[in-house]
Amino acid sequence: MIMFFSSPSDVKNNGHRRFFPYCHIILIPRGVSGHESGGITTFFARRFHHVTDHSCAIIMGSGDSTLSKIPNVEELMEETGFSPAHVVRLYERFQALDKSKKGQLSRKDFESIKELATNPIRDRIIGAFFAQGQEMVDFHTFVRILAHFRPVDKNRPKKANMQEPVNSRTSKLRFAFQLYDQDNDGKISRNELLQVLRTMLEMQVTDEQLESIADRTIQEADLDGDNAISFDEFRKSLEKVNIDHKMSIRFLR
Amino acid sequence: SCLESMYFTHTPSETASADTTHSGNSTGGNTTAENGGHGAAAITTLPIVTWKWHHVELPYLITLWVLVCWLVKLVLHLYKRLTIEIPESAMLILFGFILGGMIWGADKAQTFALQPRTFFFFLLPQIILDAGYFMPNKLFFSNMGAILIFAIIGTVWNAVAVGLSLYGVYLGGAMGNLDIDILQFMLFGSLLSAVDPVAVLAVFEEVHVNEVLFILVFGESLLNDGVTVVLYNVCDAFVSLGADKINAAEIIKGIVSFLVVAFGGSLIGVVFAILLSLLTRCTKNLQIIEPGFIFVVSYLSYLTAEMLSLSSILAITFCGVCCQKYVNANMAESSVTTVKYAMKVLANGSETIIFVFLGISAIDPNIWVWNTGFILLTVLFVLVYRIIGVFVLTWMLNRYRLIPIEIIDQVIMSYGGLRGGVAYGLAVLLDQAKIKEKNLMLCTTLIVVYFTVILQGVTMKPLVTWLKVKRSSKSELCLIEKLQNRAFDHILVAIEDISGQIGHNYMREKWNKFEERFIRPLLMKTSARKSQDQLFNVFHQLNLKDAISYVAEGERCGSLDFARSDNDANLVFKKKFGADLSDIIPDINSDLSDKDPYDIPLPSSLPSVCLDVEEEMRRKEVGDNNAHHLLQTHLYKARKQHRHRYSRKETGVNKDENEVQEIFQRTMRSRLESFKSTKMGVSQNKKLKPSKKDQVHKVCLLLPTANACYMQFYNLTFSPRCQMETSQIIPVMMKVIMT
Repeated sequence: MIMFFSSPSDVKNNGHRRFFPYCHIILIPRGVSGHESGGITTFFARRFHHVTDHSCAIIMGSGDSTLSKIPNVEELMEETGFSPAHVVRLYERFQALDKSKKGQLSRKDFESIKELATNPIRDRIIGAFFAQGQEMVDFHTFVRILAHFRPVDKNRPKKANMQEPVNSRTSKLRFAFQLYDQDNDGKISRNELLQVLRTMLEMQVTDEQLESIADRTIQEADLDGDNAISFDEFRKSLEKVNIDHKMSIRFLR
Repeated sequence: SCLESMYFTHTPSETASADTTHSGNSTGGNTTAENGGHGAAAITTLPIVTWKWHHVELPYLITLWVLVCWLVKLVLHLYKRLTIEIPESAMLILFGFILGGMIWGADKAQTFALQPRTFFFFLLPQIILDAGYFMPNKLFFSNMGAILIFAIIGTVWNAVAVGLSLYGVYLGGAMGNLDIDILQFMLFGSLLSAVDPVAVLAVFEEVHVNEVLFILVFGESLLNDGVTVVLYNVCDAFVSLGADKINAAEIIKGIVSFLVVAFGGSLIGVVFAILLSLLTRCTKNLQIIEPGFIFVVSYLSYLTAEMLSLSSILAITFCGVCCQKYVNANMAESSVTTVKYAMKVLANGSETIIFVFLGISAIDPNIWVWNTGFILLTVLFVLVYRIIGVFVLTWMLNRYRLIPIEIIDQVIMSYGGLRGGVAYGLAVLLDQAKIKEKNLMLCTTLIVVYFTVILQGVTMKPLVTWLKVKRSSKSELCLIEKLQNRAFDHILVAIEDISGQIGHNYMREKWNKFEERFIRPLLMKTSARKSQDQLFNVFHQLNLKDAISYVAEGERCGSLDFARSDNDANLVFKKKFGADLSDIIPDINSDLSDKDPYDIPLPSSLPSVCLDVEEEMRRKEVGDNNAHHLLQTHLYKARKQHRHRYSRKETGVNKDENEVQEIFQRTMRSRLESFKSTKMGVSQNKKLKPSKKDQVHKVCLLLPTANACYMQFYNLTFSPRCQMETSQIIPVMMKVIMT
């Protein structure tokens, strides 16, 4: 039976810790350096993760150690707005998914998440993580994509040179838009829409019905008559929808 | 007369005077009402006509009152400007004052006050059922945590705080000499604590706040009945027991009774919802009475809960909430419409009656006891503690909510804590013997009700506008919004899975899967289950709009005369999802009475919407079909998803003219563009009979819409060969229309 001790510095960085139902508590003997303790915990994390997927809540020996393992972590936090605790948790999740310990995720790793199997637009979402032509996702990209789903910060100070924050309404919409627009030409063509509809509607809907729905959709949203939906038209037709609500999830600490 | 006394407080003198003033000569001096005019006195000659007032007195009075209340509402709506400024409920109360004054002037006694039994058994249930049946379930259950917190903790806080403060002030002597003890203050506090769903609905729907805010206040007002009933009964029992008998055991029993009443009531509601769903599975052959089952079974749930001393409002709420999905899927389309309209009539009508009578009941000097301190302080405490309660609870909730409730919303929520008929009903139910100051409490309740409904109701809209609350948009979602909403749901679940978070959507997915695997096969008809696809419903609904506008335009142009018919035999009324399309196709090909040289090859499976249009055109050139039948044959029996509008005045599918026209025009315009360029020019010259210019114009208007459905499909999907052939439909259609 192994127990987990935390060093005093932990309390400062990571003031609270969460205990999950299936949390495995790990004992690390004193004297083990931060670096090694990180290794051991990830070792155990990987061993135990298949038992309960949400057991990756093992808090590291000191938050510093995990954070220090991640390159450019300050820049990442600055860009995405995640707190250190969020980043640590996401890192653990990343490593839990990264079964072959490559330090990067491939499509297979994503597809092995069993809960995703019943999701109709699974492929598109997985595809959203992989930039054009890339076959692997590193941690930074992983976090950056997930940052789209942070709730919008209302009181984030606007710096002069800051580009659009990752979780702003426009960025969220752009993410959604890119799910449709696979060829990245800035428009959702009828074919692309048809493909999405096909995945989202049951099998018993015939192709003709599908096409009529697609046509109707384009007809309603298309303002400039090019028979495709551009990003602006997309945004305009969704202006009444509360995007903050619909595209945010709570990131657990 | 015992019946009468239950519904209206008829004083005996009134009955007698009615007799003597109105009775005709033949009933003689018989003044008792029981025999209803078949007087025991001997008649000397054959009466040709007799005055049988007592024969019909009770039903006549009831019906007359209902008519009067509805006439008042009618009069109100004649002045549109008035209803915009002042909420309808306030106006109805004011009218009630006037009517009450008239009655008082005539009879010197308030003969028609609102009896609690009438209120609780005959006026309230349908309003709550309407609320539950049209409740937006997704929104309701995703905010359930917040709603429960407000309903339970908020109501208890209101009750206790108001009761105790009043007691404190009483001890301090600001109220003069009153014969009340602390328990009675608690009882009074508890009956005033309940935010009233009727009043809230009436005011909020005029204001159109955003849906989250609405559902919080509305859900709270529905669910707090459980708390109110328990508090009221517990305090009532305590008052009977006396202060000395109250010990820890009794208090624990009180808490347990709350749990039992609340959960028991909800459970009864769910049980009856299941029964109702199962019932509607079997009523395929009884579509005429099918709608009636909803009302009967729901009312039974209300009464059963009442019988078991559980919360009847919770029972009927959950009955409506749980059964709506399955019942709407199982029943015939016409039955769904019937239920919807009938429920609106009942709910709206009852609400009108309640408010009018709330006004009338006030005009009774016998009940008026004025105690400045008591009354003013009550009003003050009710307001202040509501504000405190809302702000504190929201602060607690915001730490756990994804999207926090803003300050503005909180202000509206606290301002929207309206008291209404329920508080009044409970106050009238107080036992005069036990509670000496019943009249004072009754007056105070009435004043609180008037204050909240009239004053707060009137100022709510300006307040909302002033605070610029995020108002909900009134428009219908277009296809891409619905599509995208569904896509968002999927995306969020996927992201949660990927990032290893558990969240709301996870639970909702789990519930959806459970429901789909176990509950739906049990409660929903097989055929209904197949057609449950939501997106298709939207498409279907939009096509319904198209179809409505098509028919409307056609009727307006006068060129759909051919479409009117009494011959029902030609109806194609399809309920099944799509299987029997192939049955129709041979009919089409064989039934071409117009010798069209081109055989139109149709694919094996077609969207039924356009198919019916074409088919009807073909089969009934000279034939006639009622516009409604034509509409119906357009439609698959895919279930409509009624977008909830939080309004008991509007019924949903019946969109206003502008919207329908807009869609029609937009469709028409785009189709006309594609038509004009390629096909219209050619076909028109060939086959068009010489006709007036405007008729041509009308045809141009008509055809695009008529073709809107299938031209979309065919043009873009068929081979050029087929395209050319389908263009021949146009001359055929035009010929048809011209005739």
